[in-house]
Amino acid sequence: MNRKSREALLDPFFNNNPIAAQVLGICSALAVTTQMIPSVVMCAALIAVTALSNVSVSMIRNYVPASIRIIVQLTIIASLVIITDQILKAFLFDVSKQLSVFVGLIITNCIVMGRAEAFAMQNGPWRSFLDGIGNGAGYSLVLIVVGFFRELLGAGRLFGVQVFELAGEGGWYVPNGLLVLAPSAFFIIGLFIWGLRAWKPLLVEED
Amino acid sequence: MLEHYLSLLVRSIFVENMALAFFLGMCSFLAVSRKVSTSVGLGFAVIFVLTVTVPINNLVYMHLLRQGALSWIHPSLADVDLSFLGFLTYIGTIAAMVQIVEMTLDRYVPVLYTSLGVFLPLIAVNCAILGGSLFMVERSYDLGESVVFGFGSGVGWLLAIAGLAAIRERLRYNNIPAGLRGLGITFIVTGLMAIAFMTFAGIQL
Repeated sequence: MNRKSREALLDPFFNNNPIAAQVLGICSALAVTTQMIPSVVMCAALIAVTALSNVSVSMIRNYVPASIRIIVQLTIIASLVIITDQILKAFLFDVSKQLSVFVGLIITNCIVMGRAEAFAMQNGPWRSFLDGIGNGAGYSLVLIVVGFFRELLGAGRLFGVQVFELAGEGGWYVPNGLLVLAPSAFFIIGLFIWGLRAWKPLLVEED
Repeated sequence: MLEHYLSLLVRSIFVENMALAFFLGMCSFLAVSRKVSTSVGLGFAVIFVLTVTVPINNLVYMHLLRQGALSWIHPSLADVDLSFLGFLTYIGTIAAMVQIVEMTLDRYVPVLYTSLGVFLPLIAVNCAILGGSLFMVERSYDLGESVVFGFGSGVGWLLAIAGLAAIRERLRYNNIPAGLRGLGITFIVTGLMAIAFMTFAGIQL
Protein backbone atom coordinates (compact mmCIF):
# COMPACT_ATOMS: atom_id res chain seq x y z
CA MET A 1 0.00 0.00 0.00
CA ASN A 2 1.63 3.28 -1.01
CA ARG A 3 1.66 6.47 1.01
CA LYS A 4 -1.33 8.15 -0.69
CA SER A 5 -3.57 5.15 -0.10
CA ARG A 6 -2.48 4.92 3.50
CA GLU A 7 -3.30 8.59 3.99
CA ALA A 8 -6.73 8.07 2.47
CA LEU A 9 -7.35 5.27 4.96
CA LEU A 10 -5.76 6.63 8.13
CA ASP A 11 -6.15 10.40 7.96
CA PRO A 12 -9.84 10.43 8.88
CA PHE A 13 -9.13 8.78 12.24
CA PHE A 14 -7.63 11.81 13.97
CA ASN A 15 -6.13 14.41 11.63
CA ASN A 16 -9.23 14.83 9.53
CA ASN A 17 -11.93 13.17 11.60
CA PRO A 18 -15.32 13.54 9.89
CA ILE A 19 -17.10 14.61 13.08
CA ALA A 20 -14.44 16.58 14.94
CA ALA A 21 -12.70 18.27 12.01
CA GLN A 22 -15.01 18.25 8.98
CA VAL A 23 -18.29 18.74 10.92
CA LEU A 24 -20.00 16.04 8.88
CA GLY A 25 -22.54 13.44 9.79
CA ILE A 26 -23.55 14.42 13.28
CA CYS A 27 -27.14 14.22 12.12
CA SER A 28 -28.44 10.76 12.27
CA ALA A 29 -26.51 8.68 14.68
CA LEU A 30 -26.24 10.37 18.06
CA ALA A 31 -29.60 9.15 19.23
CA VAL A 32 -28.44 5.54 18.85
CA THR A 33 -25.46 5.80 21.20
CA THR A 34 -27.21 5.07 24.50
CA GLN A 35 -25.96 1.49 24.24
CA MET A 36 -23.00 -0.19 22.62
CA ILE A 37 -24.79 -2.81 20.52
CA PRO A 38 -26.86 -0.40 18.40
CA SER A 39 -23.85 1.93 18.10
CA VAL A 40 -21.66 -0.84 16.74
CA VAL A 41 -24.33 -2.01 14.31
CA MET A 42 -24.89 1.55 13.14
CA CYS A 43 -21.14 2.00 12.60
CA ALA A 44 -20.89 -1.22 10.59
CA ALA A 45 -23.82 -0.14 8.43
CA LEU A 46 -22.33 3.28 7.86
CA ILE A 47 -18.84 1.96 6.99
CA ALA A 48 -20.38 -0.45 4.47
CA VAL A 49 -22.54 2.24 2.86
CA THR A 50 -19.76 4.84 2.70
CA ALA A 51 -17.21 2.45 1.23
CA LEU A 52 -19.57 0.96 -1.37
CA SER A 53 -21.06 4.30 -2.38
CA ASN A 54 -17.58 5.76 -2.79
CA VAL A 55 -16.59 2.86 -5.04
CA SER A 56 -19.76 3.10 -7.15
CA VAL A 57 -19.58 6.87 -7.52
CA SER A 58 -15.90 6.69 -8.36
CA MET A 59 -16.47 4.07 -11.06
CA ILE A 60 -19.08 6.11 -12.89
CA ARG A 61 -17.53 9.52 -12.23
CA ASN A 62 -16.40 10.01 -15.83
CA TYR A 63 -19.77 9.14 -17.37
CA VAL A 64 -22.14 11.26 -15.26
CA PRO A 65 -22.88 14.83 -16.41
CA ALA A 66 -22.13 17.33 -13.65
CA SER A 67 -25.66 18.74 -13.65
CA ILE A 68 -27.33 15.51 -12.53
CA ARG A 69 -24.58 14.07 -10.34
CA ILE A 70 -26.32 14.85 -7.04
CA ILE A 71 -29.44 12.90 -7.93
CA VAL A 72 -27.31 10.02 -9.25
CA GLN A 73 -25.33 9.95 -6.01
CA LEU A 74 -28.51 10.08 -3.95
CA THR A 75 -29.98 7.16 -5.90
CA ILE A 76 -26.86 5.04 -5.40
CA ILE A 77 -26.75 5.84 -1.69
CA ALA A 78 -30.48 5.24 -1.20
CA SER A 79 -30.24 1.84 -2.93
CA LEU A 80 -27.30 0.82 -0.73
CA VAL A 81 -29.18 1.92 2.38
CA ILE A 82 -32.24 -0.09 1.33
CA ILE A 83 -30.02 -3.19 1.01
CA THR A 84 -28.48 -2.51 4.43
CA ASP A 85 -31.89 -2.01 5.99
CA GLN A 86 -33.22 -5.26 4.52
CA ILE A 87 -30.15 -7.17 5.76
CA LEU A 88 -30.56 -5.72 9.26
CA LYS A 89 -34.27 -6.56 9.28
CA ALA A 90 -33.54 -10.12 8.19
CA PHE A 91 -30.66 -10.96 10.52
CA LEU A 92 -30.73 -8.49 13.42
CA PHE A 93 -34.40 -7.69 13.81
CA ASP A 94 -34.25 -6.44 17.43
CA VAL A 95 -31.43 -4.01 16.76
CA SER A 96 -33.14 -2.89 13.58
CA LYS A 97 -36.28 -2.03 15.61
CA GLN A 98 -34.15 -0.11 18.09
CA LEU A 99 -32.45 1.91 15.37
CA SER A 100 -35.89 2.66 13.83
CA VAL A 101 -35.67 5.56 11.38
CA PHE A 102 -31.97 6.11 11.90
CA VAL A 103 -30.92 3.44 9.41
CA GLY A 104 -32.88 5.27 6.74
CA LEU A 105 -31.27 8.51 7.74
CA ILE A 106 -27.86 7.20 6.62
CA ILE A 107 -29.03 8.45 3.20
CA THR A 108 -28.89 12.05 4.34
CA ASN A 109 -25.84 11.50 6.52
CA CYS A 110 -23.50 14.16 5.23
CA ILE A 111 -20.46 11.88 5.49
CA VAL A 112 -21.68 9.57 2.75
CA MET A 113 -22.73 12.38 0.44
CA GLY A 114 -19.79 14.57 1.38
CA ARG A 115 -17.15 11.93 0.67
CA ALA A 116 -18.81 10.93 -2.59
CA GLU A 117 -18.78 14.54 -3.69
CA ALA A 118 -15.42 15.61 -2.27
CA PHE A 119 -13.30 12.50 -2.78
CA ALA A 120 -14.85 9.84 -5.01
CA MET A 121 -15.60 12.28 -7.84
CA GLN A 122 -11.84 12.94 -8.24
CA ASN A 123 -10.19 9.64 -7.36
CA GLY A 124 -10.05 6.05 -8.57
CA PRO A 125 -12.22 3.26 -7.10
CA TRP A 126 -9.55 1.62 -4.90
CA ARG A 127 -8.48 4.81 -3.20
CA SER A 128 -12.11 5.90 -2.84
CA PHE A 129 -12.86 2.58 -1.18
CA LEU A 130 -10.08 3.18 1.35
CA ASP A 131 -11.31 6.72 1.91
CA GLY A 132 -14.82 5.40 2.53
CA ILE A 133 -13.56 2.83 5.06
CA GLY A 134 -11.36 5.44 6.73
CA ASN A 135 -14.09 8.03 7.08
CA GLY A 136 -16.64 5.47 8.20
CA ALA A 137 -14.16 4.25 10.80
CA GLY A 138 -13.27 7.76 11.97
CA TYR A 139 -16.95 8.36 12.51
CA SER A 140 -17.36 5.00 14.24
CA LEU A 141 -14.52 5.89 16.60
CA VAL A 142 -16.48 8.88 17.90
CA LEU A 143 -19.75 6.94 18.09
CA ILE A 144 -18.14 4.07 19.98
CA VAL A 145 -16.42 6.40 22.45
CA VAL A 146 -19.75 8.13 23.08
CA GLY A 147 -21.63 4.83 23.32
CA PHE A 148 -19.00 3.39 25.67
CA PHE A 149 -19.27 6.21 28.19
CA ARG A 150 -23.03 6.50 27.95
CA GLU A 151 -23.71 2.83 28.53
CA LEU A 152 -20.97 2.29 31.12
CA LEU A 153 -21.69 5.34 33.28
CA GLY A 154 -25.40 5.58 32.53
CA ALA A 155 -26.37 1.98 33.18
CA GLY A 156 -23.21 0.27 34.45
CA ARG A 157 -23.28 -2.08 31.46
CA LEU A 158 -21.26 -2.77 28.33
CA PHE A 159 -22.85 -4.60 25.38
CA GLY A 160 -25.76 -5.35 27.72
CA VAL A 161 -23.52 -7.18 30.24
CA GLN A 162 -23.47 -5.77 33.78
CA VAL A 163 -19.96 -4.44 34.54
CA PHE A 164 -20.64 -2.31 37.61
CA GLU A 165 -22.95 -3.63 40.33
CA LEU A 166 -25.83 -1.18 40.57
CA ALA A 167 -26.68 0.31 43.96
CA GLY A 168 -30.34 -0.59 43.46
CA GLU A 169 -29.38 -4.27 43.27
CA GLY A 170 -27.07 -4.29 46.28
CA GLY A 171 -23.91 -3.16 44.48
CA TRP A 172 -21.89 0.02 44.80
CA TYR A 173 -22.49 1.98 41.57
CA VAL A 174 -25.17 4.68 41.42
CA PRO A 175 -25.94 5.12 37.69
CA ASN A 176 -25.73 8.65 36.31
CA GLY A 177 -29.15 9.28 34.80
CA LEU A 178 -27.96 12.23 32.73
CA LEU A 179 -25.92 9.96 30.47
CA VAL A 180 -28.99 8.03 29.41
CA LEU A 181 -30.63 11.22 28.18
CA ALA A 182 -30.04 12.67 24.74
CA PRO A 183 -28.12 15.86 25.70
CA SER A 184 -25.23 13.92 27.24
CA ALA A 185 -24.10 12.88 23.74
CA PHE A 186 -23.46 16.53 22.95
CA PHE A 187 -21.37 17.00 26.08
CA ILE A 188 -19.28 13.91 25.40
CA ILE A 189 -18.64 14.95 21.80
CA GLY A 190 -17.80 18.50 22.89
CA LEU A 191 -15.27 17.13 25.37
CA PHE A 192 -13.96 14.66 22.76
CA ILE A 193 -13.32 17.55 20.38
CA TRP A 194 -11.62 19.48 23.14
CA GLY A 195 -9.34 16.55 23.91
CA LEU A 196 -8.55 15.98 20.24
CA ARG A 197 -7.71 19.63 19.70
CA ALA A 198 -5.59 19.83 22.83
CA TRP A 199 -3.61 16.90 21.41
CA LYS A 200 -3.48 18.26 17.83
CA PRO A 201 -3.39 22.07 18.10
CA LEU A 202 -3.51 22.43 14.30
CA LEU A 203 -7.26 21.72 14.42
CA VAL A 204 -8.06 24.70 16.67
CA GLU A 205 -10.48 27.17 15.05
CA GLU A 206 -9.86 30.89 15.06
CA ASP A 207 -13.11 32.72 15.66
CA MET B 1 -60.53 16.67 16.61
CA LEU B 2 -59.08 20.16 16.89
CA GLU B 3 -57.69 19.32 20.32
CA HIS B 4 -55.95 16.29 18.86
CA TYR B 5 -54.25 18.41 16.20
CA LEU B 6 -53.32 21.06 18.74
CA SER B 7 -51.74 18.52 21.02
CA LEU B 8 -49.81 17.02 18.08
CA LEU B 9 -48.61 20.49 17.13
CA VAL B 10 -47.33 21.27 20.62
CA ARG B 11 -45.72 17.86 20.82
CA SER B 12 -43.89 18.25 17.52
CA ILE B 13 -42.69 21.78 18.31
CA PHE B 14 -41.52 21.37 21.90
CA VAL B 15 -41.56 17.84 23.28
CA GLU B 16 -40.22 16.00 20.23
CA ASN B 17 -38.13 18.82 18.86
CA MET B 18 -36.41 17.59 15.69
CA ALA B 19 -33.06 19.21 16.45
CA LEU B 20 -32.78 18.93 20.21
CA ALA B 21 -34.54 15.63 20.92
CA PHE B 22 -33.69 13.61 17.81
CA PHE B 23 -30.50 15.34 16.60
CA LEU B 24 -31.92 15.74 13.10
CA GLY B 25 -30.63 18.35 10.70
CA MET B 26 -27.52 18.70 12.83
CA CYS B 27 -25.10 19.45 9.99
CA SER B 28 -26.79 22.64 8.90
CA PHE B 29 -27.81 23.28 12.51
CA LEU B 30 -24.17 23.62 13.51
CA ALA B 31 -22.85 25.08 10.26
CA VAL B 32 -25.43 27.82 9.60
CA SER B 33 -25.99 29.01 13.18
CA ARG B 34 -23.31 31.69 13.19
CA LYS B 35 -25.74 34.55 12.54
CA VAL B 36 -29.37 34.94 13.64
CA SER B 37 -30.58 36.38 10.32
CA THR B 38 -29.30 33.55 8.12
CA SER B 39 -30.40 30.88 10.55
CA VAL B 40 -33.94 32.30 10.65
CA GLY B 41 -33.98 32.26 6.82
CA LEU B 42 -32.96 28.62 6.80
CA GLY B 43 -35.53 27.88 9.50
CA PHE B 44 -38.37 29.27 7.39
CA ALA B 45 -37.20 27.27 4.38
CA VAL B 46 -37.25 24.12 6.54
CA ILE B 47 -40.80 24.85 7.79
CA PHE B 48 -41.95 25.35 4.23
CA VAL B 49 -40.38 22.22 2.79
CA LEU B 50 -41.43 20.02 5.74
CA THR B 51 -45.05 21.21 5.53
CA VAL B 52 -45.11 20.30 1.83
CA THR B 53 -43.10 17.06 1.70
CA VAL B 54 -44.47 15.19 4.73
CA PRO B 55 -48.10 15.20 3.45
CA ILE B 56 -46.96 14.33 -0.09
CA ASN B 57 -44.90 11.40 1.16
CA ASN B 58 -47.93 10.43 3.24
CA LEU B 59 -50.04 10.24 0.07
CA VAL B 60 -47.30 8.31 -1.73
CA TYR B 61 -47.05 5.82 1.11
CA MET B 62 -50.82 5.39 1.53
CA HIS B 63 -51.65 5.02 -2.15
CA LEU B 64 -48.56 3.48 -3.74
CA LEU B 65 -46.17 1.81 -1.34
CA ARG B 66 -47.80 0.08 1.63
CA GLN B 67 -49.11 -3.44 1.41
CA GLY B 68 -52.37 -3.55 -0.54
CA ALA B 69 -52.11 0.12 -1.46
CA LEU B 70 -52.09 -0.66 -5.18
CA SER B 71 -55.47 -2.42 -5.13
CA TRP B 72 -57.12 0.71 -6.52
CA ILE B 73 -55.43 -0.06 -9.87
CA HIS B 74 -56.51 -3.70 -10.05
CA PRO B 75 -57.77 -6.08 -7.34
CA SER B 76 -55.07 -8.61 -8.21
CA LEU B 77 -52.41 -6.18 -6.95
CA ALA B 78 -53.79 -6.34 -3.39
CA ASP B 79 -50.81 -8.37 -2.04
CA VAL B 80 -48.10 -6.18 -3.50
CA ASP B 81 -45.94 -4.62 -0.79
CA LEU B 82 -43.57 -1.97 -2.08
CA SER B 83 -42.69 -0.44 1.28
CA PHE B 84 -39.04 -1.51 0.93
CA LEU B 85 -38.77 1.12 -1.82
CA GLY B 86 -39.64 3.76 0.78
CA PHE B 87 -36.24 5.43 1.25
CA LEU B 88 -35.66 5.82 -2.47
CA THR B 89 -39.15 7.20 -3.07
CA TYR B 90 -39.11 9.66 -0.18
CA ILE B 91 -35.74 11.11 -1.04
CA GLY B 92 -36.83 11.35 -4.68
CA THR B 93 -40.04 13.14 -3.69
CA ILE B 94 -38.11 15.50 -1.46
CA ALA B 95 -35.52 16.34 -4.13
CA ALA B 96 -38.26 16.87 -6.73
CA MET B 97 -40.41 18.96 -4.36
CA VAL B 98 -37.50 21.18 -3.40
CA GLN B 99 -36.83 21.77 -7.08
CA ILE B 100 -40.50 22.59 -7.79
CA VAL B 101 -40.80 24.83 -4.75
CA GLU B 102 -37.68 26.65 -5.84
CA MET B 103 -38.98 27.26 -9.36
CA THR B 104 -42.44 28.33 -8.14
CA LEU B 105 -41.00 30.78 -5.65
CA ASP B 106 -38.63 32.17 -8.26
CA ARG B 107 -41.56 32.76 -10.63
CA TYR B 108 -44.26 34.03 -8.25
CA VAL B 109 -42.68 35.16 -4.96
CA PRO B 110 -39.25 36.50 -5.92
CA VAL B 111 -38.86 38.30 -2.56
CA LEU B 112 -39.05 35.06 -0.62
CA TYR B 113 -36.87 33.33 -3.21
CA THR B 114 -34.01 35.79 -2.88
CA SER B 115 -34.22 35.79 0.90
CA LEU B 116 -34.02 32.00 1.12
CA GLY B 117 -31.21 31.95 -1.44
CA VAL B 118 -28.91 28.96 -1.40
CA PHE B 119 -30.70 27.31 1.51
CA LEU B 120 -33.52 25.86 -0.55
CA PRO B 121 -31.40 23.43 -2.64
CA LEU B 122 -29.35 22.50 0.46
CA ILE B 123 -32.47 21.43 2.26
CA ALA B 124 -32.89 18.36 0.04
CA VAL B 125 -30.13 16.67 2.02
CA ASN B 126 -31.14 17.99 5.45
CA CYS B 127 -31.85 14.97 7.64
CA ALA B 128 -34.72 16.73 9.40
CA ILE B 129 -36.72 16.63 6.16
CA LEU B 130 -36.23 12.93 5.47
CA GLY B 131 -36.61 12.25 9.18
CA GLY B 132 -40.01 13.94 9.14
CA SER B 133 -41.23 11.61 6.42
CA LEU B 134 -39.79 8.51 8.09
CA PHE B 135 -41.37 9.38 11.46
CA MET B 136 -44.67 9.99 9.67
CA VAL B 137 -44.58 6.45 8.25
CA GLU B 138 -43.39 4.85 11.48
CA ARG B 139 -46.12 6.49 13.58
CA SER B 140 -48.73 6.00 10.82
CA TYR B 141 -50.13 9.54 10.75
CA ASP B 142 -53.04 10.29 8.42
CA LEU B 143 -53.04 13.15 5.94
CA GLY B 144 -54.27 15.87 8.33
CA GLU B 145 -51.91 14.75 11.07
CA SER B 146 -48.95 14.78 8.70
CA VAL B 147 -49.65 18.39 7.68
CA VAL B 148 -49.71 19.42 11.35
CA PHE B 149 -46.68 17.27 12.19
CA GLY B 150 -44.63 18.61 9.26
CA PHE B 151 -45.44 22.21 10.12
CA GLY B 152 -44.82 21.73 13.84
CA SER B 153 -41.48 19.98 13.35
CA GLY B 154 -40.36 22.83 11.11
CA VAL B 155 -41.34 25.45 13.69
CA GLY B 156 -39.50 23.53 16.39
CA TRP B 157 -36.39 23.36 14.25
CA LEU B 158 -36.57 27.11 13.56
CA LEU B 159 -36.88 27.87 17.28
CA ALA B 160 -33.88 25.70 18.07
CA ILE B 161 -31.57 27.12 15.40
CA ALA B 162 -32.56 30.73 16.09
CA GLY B 163 -31.88 30.20 19.81
CA LEU B 164 -28.49 28.62 19.16
CA ALA B 165 -27.50 31.39 16.72
CA ALA B 166 -28.40 34.06 19.28
CA ILE B 167 -26.29 32.32 21.92
CA ARG B 168 -23.35 31.94 19.51
CA GLU B 169 -23.44 35.64 18.64
CA ARG B 170 -22.97 36.38 22.34
CA LEU B 171 -20.31 33.68 22.75
CA ARG B 172 -17.97 35.60 20.47
CA TYR B 173 -17.22 38.02 23.31
CA ASN B 174 -16.34 35.28 25.77
CA ASN B 175 -12.94 33.93 26.65
CA ILE B 176 -13.26 30.25 25.73
CA PRO B 177 -10.34 27.79 26.03
CA ALA B 178 -8.58 27.46 22.65
CA GLY B 179 -9.48 23.83 22.06
CA LEU B 180 -13.16 24.36 22.77
CA ARG B 181 -13.54 27.40 20.53
CA GLY B 182 -15.96 27.01 17.63
CA LEU B 183 -17.32 23.50 17.31
CA GLY B 184 -16.59 22.22 20.81
CA ILE B 185 -18.45 24.91 22.71
CA THR B 186 -21.28 24.78 20.18
CA PHE B 187 -21.83 21.12 21.02
CA ILE B 188 -21.89 21.85 24.73
CA VAL B 189 -24.30 24.77 24.29
CA THR B 190 -26.55 22.57 22.15
CA GLY B 191 -26.51 19.98 24.92
CA LEU B 192 -27.57 22.58 27.49
CA MET B 193 -30.36 23.76 25.17
CA ALA B 194 -31.50 20.15 24.79
CA ILE B 195 -31.73 19.85 28.59
CA ALA B 196 -33.81 23.01 28.67
CA PHE B 197 -36.17 21.57 26.05
CA MET B 198 -36.51 18.38 28.08
CA THR B 199 -38.59 20.27 30.62
CA PHE B 200 -41.40 20.19 28.05
CA ALA B 201 -41.55 16.40 28.26
CA GLY B 202 -44.90 15.04 29.31
CA ILE B 203 -46.88 18.19 28.48
CA GLN B 204 -50.30 17.21 27.11
CA LEU B 205 -53.02 19.54 25.93
